[in-house]
Amino acid sequence: MKQKKAASKAWPEKWHEINPGCMVFIPGNASTYHTGSWRAQRPEWDNKKCIKCGLCYIFCPEGCISEDAEGFFKANLDYCKGCGICAHECWPGAIKMFEEVE
Amino acid sequence: MGKRVGMEVAIAASEAVALCNIDVAAVYPITPQSHMAEHLADIIHDGRIDAEFITVESEHSSISACAGASATGARVYTATSSQGLMYMHEILPIVSAMRLPVVMGNANRAVSGPLNIWNDHTDIMPQRDSGWICMFAENGQEVVDMTIQSFKIAEHPDVMLPIVLNIDGFQLTHMIEPLEFPTQKEVNKFLPPRKPFASLHPDNPISMGCFNTPDIYAETMKAKDTALHNSKKTIVKIWKEWGKQFGRTYKPVETYRAKGADTLILTMGSMGETASIAVDELRKKGAAVGLVRLRLWRPFPLDELRAAIKGCKTLIVMDRAISFGGAGGPVGTEIKSLLYHDKGRPRIVDFIMGLGGRDVTVNDFIAMVERAKKKKDETYEYYGVRE
Repeated sequence: MKQKKAASKAWPEKWHEINPGCMVFIPGNASTYHTGSWRAQRPEWDNKKCIKCGLCYIFCPEGCISEDAEGFFKANLDYCKGCGICAHECWPGAIKMFEEVE
Repeated sequence: MGKRVGMEVAIAASEAVALCNIDVAAVYPITPQSHMAEHLADIIHDGRIDAEFITVESEHSSISACAGASATGARVYTATSSQGLMYMHEILPIVSAMRLPVVMGNANRAVSGPLNIWNDHTDIMPQRDSGWICMFAENGQEVVDMTIQSFKIAEHPDVMLPIVLNIDGFQLTHMIEPLEFPTQKEVNKFLPPRKPFASLHPDNPISMGCFNTPDIYAETMKAKDTALHNSKKTIVKIWKEWGKQFGRTYKPVETYRAKGADTLILTMGSMGETASIAVDELRKKGAAVGLVRLRLWRPFPLDELRAAIKGCKTLIVMDRAISFGGAGGPVGTEIKSLLYHDKGRPRIVDFIMGLGGRDVTVNDFIAMVERAKKKKDETYEYYGVRE
């Protein structure tokens, strides 16, 4: 089925630039909105303590934790809101939260 | 034009829906709408039309199912009344915000409590601000005509908004009236298949019903408000088209013997029929009284109302609902507010009457005209309540 294409701007500025019903014609464009800007605390991994269990990856409500080539984990700070669930769940204590400073 | 038949109006409403080539209906039965739900279910299960009837467990679900189906591009219908409409309340602004052309028949009934199954307009008034086009039918023929018109208006690319057609419970739904049904061929000519602006389809993913942050929500609300205001142009255009094809004309504001009247009665819905007889009686006695019927409640037809009441000294608004602890009935309050700046506007007398199925007779209308003459101020007043 042919759909009408979105307005040229990815994010409408004025009220009349909004698509009817706020329809979004670019699937997955929520990724352009960096929710990481909400963060007050940042998780940091101590890979010496990490046992590569992947609990942080499973519990992250934002789905922003990924595994690297060596099997360790890290958060994508563009989307990490700093909720601290990963640090709370990490039973070997490999993840600590640090205050974000300007 | 098809032949004239005698039929109960609730049944006729469903027969009109059956002519509209709908794809989906999700209707939960509730008095006095039940015959609409039952008859539409019959029509679909007898295979008279090719549509899906979703048997939902509540009105919250029926309107949600309609929203989902409409988003896929289907033509959908639902109907409800009173508590059912109240239960839909949460979803109504979502349907209009998503610009889904759902059509709903609402058999107007008083809202609990105390429990009361009879007619007034207290069910639709709390839905006033939900962003739906809101219309009132006065008799059975209008129910048939306006049901068919509603699909065309709602789906028009310049409108894309849901419509609620108000059908006074019992006073209209349970009347047996002589009705003219258009033929299927005539309806097909008037109402082409729906061409959605966009629809949900796995081959071409889009997002509907998205999240809004504070920096875009206000813009979205203005867009929605503007869309509703702008819909009036298309509503009038489609009503003219209907008039051309079927010979019965519809206007946002209609008048009866209003020319030269110094006093005008304003009604919505089935009361207009009785009020017109009262106008005849009063005119016979030489009183310059006329009638204004408000067919369109949202978008509010202000220009048309101004034209209809021009020159009249007293406007008597018949409100079949009350805003508790407020300025009066919803219709009276709104008209007072809209005409506030108009120089030489009429004195507005707002009567709250006909609540919970209380009959409003010809003599009642005559008595209210008499009472309005004596009334000095513009405060609202209950009519017919035992003191």
